[in-house]
Amino acid sequence: MKSRTIKVDNLARVEGEGALFVKLNGQQVTDVKLRIFEPPRFFEAFLRGRKFHEVPDITARICGICPIAYQMSSCHAIEDACGVKITGPIRDLRRLIYCGEWIESHALHVYLLHAPDFLGYEDSIRMAKDHPEEVKRGLRLKKAGNEIVRLLGGREIHPINVRVGGFYKVPEKKDFSALAEELRWARDAALETVRWVAAFDFPDFDRDYEFVALRHPDEYAINEGRIVSSKGLDIAVREYDLHFAEQHLSHSNALHSRLNEREAYFVGPQARYSLNFEKLSPIAKEAARAAGLGPVCRNPFQSIVVRSVELVYACDEALRLIERYEKPDKPAVNVEPRVSTGFGCTEAPRGICYHRYRLDDRGVILDAKIVPPTSQNLKTIEGDLWQFVESHLAVQKDKLQWQCEQAIRNYDPCISCATHALRLHIESE
Amino acid sequence: MTSAKPKLAVWKFSSCDGCQLSLLDCEDELLAVADAVEIANFPEASRAVVKGPYDLSLVEGSITTPHDEQRIHGIRRASRFLVSIGACATAGGIQALRNFKDVKEFTSIVYARPDYIETLKKSTPITDHVFVDFELRGCPIDKYQLVEVISAFLNGRKPNTPPHSVCMECKQRGTVCVMVAQGVPCLGPVTQVGCGALCPGYARGCYGCFGPKETPNTASLSACWSGLGVSNRDLMRAFRSFNAYAEPFRRESEAHEK
Repeated sequence: MKSRTIKVDNLARVEGEGALFVKLNGQQVTDVKLRIFEPPRFFEAFLRGRKFHEVPDITARICGICPIAYQMSSCHAIEDACGVKITGPIRDLRRLIYCGEWIESHALHVYLLHAPDFLGYEDSIRMAKDHPEEVKRGLRLKKAGNEIVRLLGGREIHPINVRVGGFYKVPEKKDFSALAEELRWARDAALETVRWVAAFDFPDFDRDYEFVALRHPDEYAINEGRIVSSKGLDIAVREYDLHFAEQHLSHSNALHSRLNEREAYFVGPQARYSLNFEKLSPIAKEAARAAGLGPVCRNPFQSIVVRSVELVYACDEALRLIERYEKPDKPAVNVEPRVSTGFGCTEAPRGICYHRYRLDDRGVILDAKIVPPTSQNLKTIEGDLWQFVESHLAVQKDKLQWQCEQAIRNYDPCISCATHALRLHIESE
Repeated sequence: MTSAKPKLAVWKFSSCDGCQLSLLDCEDELLAVADAVEIANFPEASRAVVKGPYDLSLVEGSITTPHDEQRIHGIRRASRFLVSIGACATAGGIQALRNFKDVKEFTSIVYARPDYIETLKKSTPITDHVFVDFELRGCPIDKYQLVEVISAFLNGRKPNTPPHSVCMECKQRGTVCVMVAQGVPCLGPVTQVGCGALCPGYARGCYGCFGPKETPNTASLSACWSGLGVSNRDLMRAFRSFNAYAEPFRRESEAHEK
């Protein structure tokens, strides 16, 4: 039997740089490697010696697409170390700015990065020629998310208003009125989005995944909760290192995460949805049902539908938070450093983002650990490709290559995050 | 340039992707820009790749690997104009903090197998390697300045991006000086505008995202900070962030390194 390879040297429509390499021997896949050649940036190393209040501004720079995720995980971890818990309107504002990031990031992925695969376009600009209304809707949705981030954070990328303990300045209730108007439009547009993507064609695909996400008793978890999985894991954030390990493989500048007992796992919108469906708002649940999704969704190609359902939820939740907002007396809670280690984990648009910091008595960082969502999904993405290629060998090579890229984009991988990239090679022996 | 649309390419080196995302963040302008130019190479947005030469290349990120050190020369050769965008590309970025330390130590802190990692000792700006037609500052860049730069180059004129300090913009906006009025340490007097003087408007001091302004008097500002009770160590760290390796900031941080 002849051997062959599928290669993508420079994966497009992902954040960062990577390549895919699949090796085949006859009908069997013999190797799958998602090569991450995005250069390493050493955040954990240069965080040592910085003061704790500098951390959120520095970790934001790990990712231009989801800086809030890094700022929030950092703040929670440092507050945990210092014995501070944020409640009331400041907690709500954090959840609100995070909703903004979900909307901005999900709209970017659904409309500009992923939908072109389903409709057969190289990119969204080309797609816009035939589907101008949809692309305009996506851009306006993205902008609505960015408006939340800008109002609370000062700017969309690397916001300047987030600090340990809260914010530098908080808005007046009336500052939200124009935004609320736009968010009501955005919620309707998100519902339209769900209907639009639900009609796409999805390859039949299913694996026995272990979903991992935060779970909170009172809400669809974003900033806080216990780390749970679909195979029975249920731990406090501070127990993360006991259950998860990072591996360093030769083909990747991103560390691969795995669960100690069971290897690969799956984080992100689909994991959150499948573990916390009951906590979605009624309108988001209804949209999911109408799109034909059950309370658990195991086909990663349908992630675009799940992401759209989360768009509905994030708009709805943002409106709820704005509705009940009352300006707090102070924009931030005072946080005093102490000798301690703190842990934080929040739901980045792409899945759980774990931070751990050890502080001395003056608040200097002695040690830092950051695990972004994409490194946690790398093993699962490789597993998907393995199975997908084996069951689609009859597909013509160009088409198969494109479908492999699409299978990777199911996870909205952020390679800049994972190295704190992607290319495709499919080779047959 | 022929009668066809000018070709725009976007290239990435070591970075967070935020500056090229600024182009996609131009929600109101994106389709108009895409109408005026041919997006010939922009992997974050498209899987289509059009061969060079390119009329305008936007380069994000800093040079940190032997491979990238080679790659940038090919991009320069294929580009009529090359504009570096963002603090990584113009000053080496936050990852240039390694330049003050031993990168081997950094690698072993982060990676279990340092032998798998290929990296240069220093993170350097694009202009250290090839001729750069224009540097657009910021961490991140301002999207309106980006649109201005693209339109300037496509129309054969100089981009209008002021080189003066953040202070000027605070005055224009009518923001009360946080340093004078509240004693909050601020890098505004030595930092270039571009952000819209954001931080003082949010009651915090500027932390230098856009790098040094033209002719900055960093020593004088440091003396003011010391007067507010800021220690030498804290001064060193203040100058050592996203533009740490920009010459005036580098010299000032080293002056406080004891």
